[in-house]
Amino acid sequence: MAAQEFSAVVTTHRAQIFRFLLASTRDADLAETLTQECFLKAHRHWGSFRGESSAMTWLMRIAINLQKDHWRNRRMQFWRKTQNNAVDLDEASEWLPSGESSAEQRVLAHERVGQVWKAVEDLSERQRTVFLLRFVEEMDLREIARATALNEGTVKAHLSRALARVRAELGGKR
Amino acid sequence: MSYEEDFAGRQAGGEVRDSVLEVQDPVLREVLPSFRQSVHAWSEAEYGRPRALPATAPSHRAWRLAAAWTLGCLLVAGVGSEGVYERHHRQEVARIAAARQAEQQRLLAEEQAREVDELLAKVDSDISREVPSAMEPLTQLMAEGETR
Repeated sequence: MAAQEFSAVVTTHRAQIFRFLLASTRDADLAETLTQECFLKAHRHWGSFRGESSAMTWLMRIAINLQKDHWRNRRMQFWRKTQNNAVDLDEASEWLPSGESSAEQRVLAHERVGQVWKAVEDLSERQRTVFLLRFVEEMDLREIARATALNEGTVKAHLSRALARVRAELGGKR
Repeated sequence: MSYEEDFAGRQAGGEVRDSVLEVQDPVLREVLPSFRQSVHAWSEAEYGRPRALPATAPSHRAWRLAAAWTLGCLLVAGVGSEGVYERHHRQEVARIAAARQAEQQRLLAEEQAREVDELLAKVDSDISREVPSAMEPLTQLMAEGETR
């Protein structure tokens, strides 16, 4: 029964975990590896999951910790910098919504999405995480607070700073 | 609930009071959904893309790790053997210098001993020639008596 439950959790949430990790790392292979590690870890500890938060929040917390560990390890092992497979900002912003009607609108949208990526890249690790959880994964503040193990006030502060950076990058007021 | 619906709902209910949800900037309100849709589209494309990740990536990492270890070991061995060779070389040079010095001292001692021997031999020969034997006059007399 537990195996079936876990299988259903994987089917339901795998794509979302992958998406968050892809947005965080801009490296599809790394995102895939971390996603696999995330579900492997979740499977090992599935018995201890008490359902105090949603499975998605619990999985996201594991993914965030794995991502943190990854960056920490890379900082410690400087030669691994050469293994960075992250796509550049221009390539990341190529994926545009299809709703733009004219070529001019597409160019403008491409440029602005690129500016958001630029701002996201310059954010601190925590600011980037809460920004992506809010504006890409559309999680509410309580869920973000649980996933990041921060209190809601801290999450708000990080989001506020992140938005200010994005505004500034887009040429708006801080 | 999407971000826009959440925002609109809170705005309508007068709940938009914290800075996080004050995304009233029209540019931001336009760009953030585009950014989200862009990430979703990219992720869907990458998620469905077949990749032989488990077979290739760890293998590459293992090769890189093995190569790094090998290079590291070679470097350590090189530095270590260089140190050992240098030490051995210095010891050998010192040993040769000591042996050479000992040989010179031995030759010098031999030369001095030979000179002393020669000097003593010369003194002996000089003395034996200049000082007559104590019995020589008697021997001469006896020789003269016999001839008579």
